[in-house]
Amino acid sequence: MSLAEKTAPASGPAPVFVSLDGVTHAYGTSGGIPAVEGLTLAIRKGEFAAVVGPSGCGKSTLMKLATGLQFPRGGTISVAGEVVRRPVKIAGMAFQAPTLLPWRTILDNLMLPLEIVEPHRSRLRTNKAEYVERAEALLEQVGLRGMSGKFPWELSGGMQQRASLCRALIHEPDLLMLDEPFGALDAFTREELWCVIRDLHARRSVTVVLVTHDLREAAFLADRVFCMSARPGRVIAEAEIGLARPRDLEVTYTPEFADIVHELRGHIVTARSAS
Amino acid sequence: MNERMLLKAAPWIFTIGFFLVWEAVCIALGVSSYVLPRPSAVAQALWDYRSQLAFHSAHTLWMTTAGFILAVLFGLVMGMALGASRLVHAGTYPLLVGFNAIPKVAVVPILVIWFGVGWLPAVLTAFLISFFPIVVNVATGLATIEPEVEDVMRALGASKLDIILKVGVPRSLPYFFGSLKVAITLAYVGSVIAEYNASNFGIGNLMARASADFNVPLLFAALIALGVLGVVLYALTAHVEARTTRWAQRSQFAAG
Repeated sequence: MSLAEKTAPASGPAPVFVSLDGVTHAYGTSGGIPAVEGLTLAIRKGEFAAVVGPSGCGKSTLMKLATGLQFPRGGTISVAGEVVRRPVKIAGMAFQAPTLLPWRTILDNLMLPLEIVEPHRSRLRTNKAEYVERAEALLEQVGLRGMSGKFPWELSGGMQQRASLCRALIHEPDLLMLDEPFGALDAFTREELWCVIRDLHARRSVTVVLVTHDLREAAFLADRVFCMSARPGRVIAEAEIGLARPRDLEVTYTPEFADIVHELRGHIVTARSAS
Repeated sequence: MNERMLLKAAPWIFTIGFFLVWEAVCIALGVSSYVLPRPSAVAQALWDYRSQLAFHSAHTLWMTTAGFILAVLFGLVMGMALGASRLVHAGTYPLLVGFNAIPKVAVVPILVIWFGVGWLPAVLTAFLISFFPIVVNVATGLATIEPEVEDVMRALGASKLDIILKVGVPRSLPYFFGSLKVAITLAYVGSVIAEYNASNFGIGNLMARASADFNVPLLFAALIALGVLGVVLYALTAHVEARTTRWAQRSQFAAG
């Protein structure tokens, strides 16, 4: 698939890329409250979607369902027009913990997806130089130039998280799933990484699903924010973020931005009190 | 002398000090050499019986190494099976724990009935006593892969084998090498026990004969030889561990 095809046209809505339709899922044996129930949402191709909600509302379950790591008890999930029946293979993932492999250098950590995903897997050995170049370029984009030979423990938490984002993107996935990727970072590093992910999304037109607790983060990064109810989770509100792109961090100090965050907060408060 | 030099010298200072105190106590209290020979008498015995000690030490070393290699092979295979499959883990773990609880001295007579007096009981005892920590550690390394890492791998379409080879095996290496340090000293205990009871060679056998002769200095000399061999074997495995899993020590990865 060429880059031109991936890019959503400026006019008219892009086709739906990830869709969940009336999805219900529960862990363990029957009897417990389902993690999600009647969850319906649609994310368009190339869109940056954020999912917010009170803790335990099934946000992480949503991630696992959309990537085919778990299968729902009921309802349908489709990604890229296909019903999800096994792990989707086109997703890159990043979590709150960087989850880099400590015995690999940063460069080798970035190579990991390429060792698994076809067609890279069979091309990697013969085209090593090309892939190393790609990894180095990606590291430079996130401000980790010259760090490829270092081991994860030689990097700060924020730098490890940057490397983790690179690993999620190296195989050029169509879908990027981020599960509270900035949750463990200090406020300044977090804002820096917001800009990193903003630029990566702008450059690659990848579809992003960001699960977060942070309403400012959701409002700053996303095109659309889904608010989930308390367990059993489902979407109770959906907010289109109309802020023009590219967005500067300054936008987070405008009254317009404050209003958006305030509105989102209202939904969450309702969701919490309903439980 | 700065602190680093002091730290380096500390093992020698303490070891030499230990023997000096021992010597002093023996002289001061007039302890009979039949009860506790002085280090100087032990040193004399070490010298007098040097060829015998060297011969039997070499035999013990050989038995220990053979049993240890068996334990490593078996421990790796078994540990990987336990770590990769929850079914195998649930099924075999009670059996393994039960077996490990049996004092291996009690197994030696059975081995003698099966294989007669000789080298085989020593190798097998060394093996039986030392494989357990390897199994447990390798299994732990594999079974404790972070769920997020597994999710990352599976979302890329990685097979179970991919995950074991790319994450499980490297991840369990520090556990594996950590267990080797324990296993090598255990293997050593195993071979000496078997030699003591059922062999014509080895430090264990030498001690059995020295004990029958009331040759207490030789008994202690043999103990010293055992101790030195043990330290050397431990240091060797510790060295291999440090070389191969430097990342684990630096990233403060949980190692056994």
